[in-house]
Amino acid sequence: MDNIAGQKSSLTWATHISVLVLVLLWLIPTIGLFVSSFRDRDQISASGWWNAPFAVELTARGRTSAEATPDGDMFVVTGNIYDDPEAQSYFPGGGGEVVAFGTRGANPTEFEAGTEADLGDGETLTVNADGTYRYVSPEDPGSRGQRVYFAAASPPNFTLDNYEQVLTADNMDQAFINTFTVTIPATIIPILIAAFAAYALAWMDFPGRGVLIAVVVGLLVVPLQLALVPMLNLHNKLGIGQSFMGIWFAHTAFGMPLAVYLLRNYMVGLPRDIIESAKVDGATDFELFVRIILPLSLPALAAFSIFQFLWTWNDLLVAKVFLPSDDASKVMTVKIADDLLGSRGGDWGILATAAFVSIAVPLLVFFTMQRFLVRGLLAGSVK
Amino acid sequence: MPVILQGIITILIGVGGCVAYFYFSNLLLDKVIFPAKGEKAGQNINRANQVRPWLFLFPAVFVLGLYLVYPVIGSFFRSLYGRNPDEFVGLGNYASLIASEDFRISFFNNFLWAIVVPAGATFFGLMVAQLTDKLSWGNLAKSLIFMPMAISFVGASLIWKFVYANDADIGLINAIRASLGFTDPVDVLQIPFWNNFFLMIILIWIQTGFAMVILSAALRGIPEETIEAAILDGANPWQLFFQIKVPQIMATIVVVWTTITILVLKVFDIVYTMTGGNFGTEILPSYMMDFMFRDDGRATAIAFVIMLIVLPVMIWNIVQARKEMR
Repeated sequence: MDNIAGQKSSLTWATHISVLVLVLLWLIPTIGLFVSSFRDRDQISASGWWNAPFAVELTARGRTSAEATPDGDMFVVTGNIYDDPEAQSYFPGGGGEVVAFGTRGANPTEFEAGTEADLGDGETLTVNADGTYRYVSPEDPGSRGQRVYFAAASPPNFTLDNYEQVLTADNMDQAFINTFTVTIPATIIPILIAAFAAYALAWMDFPGRGVLIAVVVGLLVVPLQLALVPMLNLHNKLGIGQSFMGIWFAHTAFGMPLAVYLLRNYMVGLPRDIIESAKVDGATDFELFVRIILPLSLPALAAFSIFQFLWTWNDLLVAKVFLPSDDASKVMTVKIADDLLGSRGGDWGILATAAFVSIAVPLLVFFTMQRFLVRGLLAGSVK
Repeated sequence: MPVILQGIITILIGVGGCVAYFYFSNLLLDKVIFPAKGEKAGQNINRANQVRPWLFLFPAVFVLGLYLVYPVIGSFFRSLYGRNPDEFVGLGNYASLIASEDFRISFFNNFLWAIVVPAGATFFGLMVAQLTDKLSWGNLAKSLIFMPMAISFVGASLIWKFVYANDADIGLINAIRASLGFTDPVDVLQIPFWNNFFLMIILIWIQTGFAMVILSAALRGIPEETIEAAILDGANPWQLFFQIKVPQIMATIVVVWTTITILVLKVFDIVYTMTGGNFGTEILPSYMMDFMFRDDGRATAIAFVIMLIVLPVMIWNIVQARKEMR
């Protein structure tokens, strides 16, 4: 169908370009997050992530050396500002060209690099682009050198510090483990329950089957919000309260309509011959289900598991309501939404890294299992 | 790690319990209650086969009933009581909701969301599905546009904070503004009314992939003959798309549209993370969370309002499903 009439080559180019634009539009926000998560905190606030490969102009401060050599009736201090440990600390990747300097924190870029600055009382200071300076004073400057502020280009500095901090501090490691603890049982437990029910709805004849299927279809769209208050109250009465046990039950139940619906739609499409010949051979429904239906339904089971995994991993609402709000049991979404955004709203490096850690696992699942996911989506929505 | 251990034990009990339940209940039915031997063998087999579906269905029906059917009723009754669960207020919660300015704002915003997000996601989804259809790298493009589906709403919100941030060195929008010569950064999330649309963009960004996958499959399912016939009759690509293809996949477009609409009515994460409901961006699900843990009566009333909005879609879905089964 590539060269049929009505397909013009100019149109083909327009298609290529518009798809490229769309893909870029869709990717750019995520790339921004990804790049930011590897950048040094000072660099993030000094330049946008799209400038990450380029040097950033940072303002730093240091002191001149304390050793002055007398020269006539003046004292001269020379050296390189990058030899000062304090100044070095601003440039872990090595300092670049000094652009401007000053001696007051209020105006750190008062003088251009290379010019001689008159500091009053006969003192002068020159800082050159390579960081060398010459400080001249009528008096012995004493044991402390002269304070120097300067702006210099800092080469791009990509670091794993953010990851280290996110994964070791603030209980984020605990939240990561908690998310797995919530997700895995909540993904595995519903599968078998749903599969049996789906088989009954697909291949067993009994009065009320049509009504039950209609109910499942209806329950697909019941807003979760309705269940929050009554079920939390019930959990409290039963003594489960806000706990992992409670959230496993809740997720199991909330995933059930989709599971039953998806699996039934899939099982109905299995070849009738196989099932009937097995029945003729004397297989009971239970054997039939375990030996034939279950293995044949693996693609649908996989599709549902991926859905349920992504949904429980990404969930914020159920976790906020059914889990206690202490640090020991927070999952990552709650941790990011409630803790990081609140207390560290300005620490973009940490925010980006935490977000990336939390989306890394779903993305991995997504890219390795996309086939099943697509198949599941199609089975769930289109006939 | 005691919680992990608890998790493993729960998996074992959950899965093992299920297997044991199904195995032993079937065994019990076949061997003890209605044994297929003796003088009533034939009758017993029939009886057992009448009971068996319910054995298979019981756990799922129980869970669905407890967590999804009971709450519809339970929430409604709870919403008739005040903050104190013993104080009966009748429809008082609903009356005070309607009288409240915040509720009206969130209702109106939710209305906007329910129109703009499905429309946007379906439009972009259809566009991408059609454009990538004949492209050699179409699958790669689709996969990249589909990717946000895997990202949590919280993660997506954070991603978009790097676009909307009120700082030309962090937010992309302000950086573009700065490069065009505007010196003052704006906080797009504080622009009254329009900030809602900036939040909707996030959900459109996530949901376009979903619409695309389904519509793409639908487009491929269109019979070739209709397209060839149209081309022979001299239809240009636009006519081909809007007058031949779109009408044929209309049913799928409606399914995608309603599915996203339902989702819109449930998502509170984006508003909660981006603005906390401030600056006039509250929607019903986030408005409900304001009352959660504080005033259960009011919270359930809002939840029930959401349910009432969803109800027509639910009925339509059921009618469609019953049609298909016949």
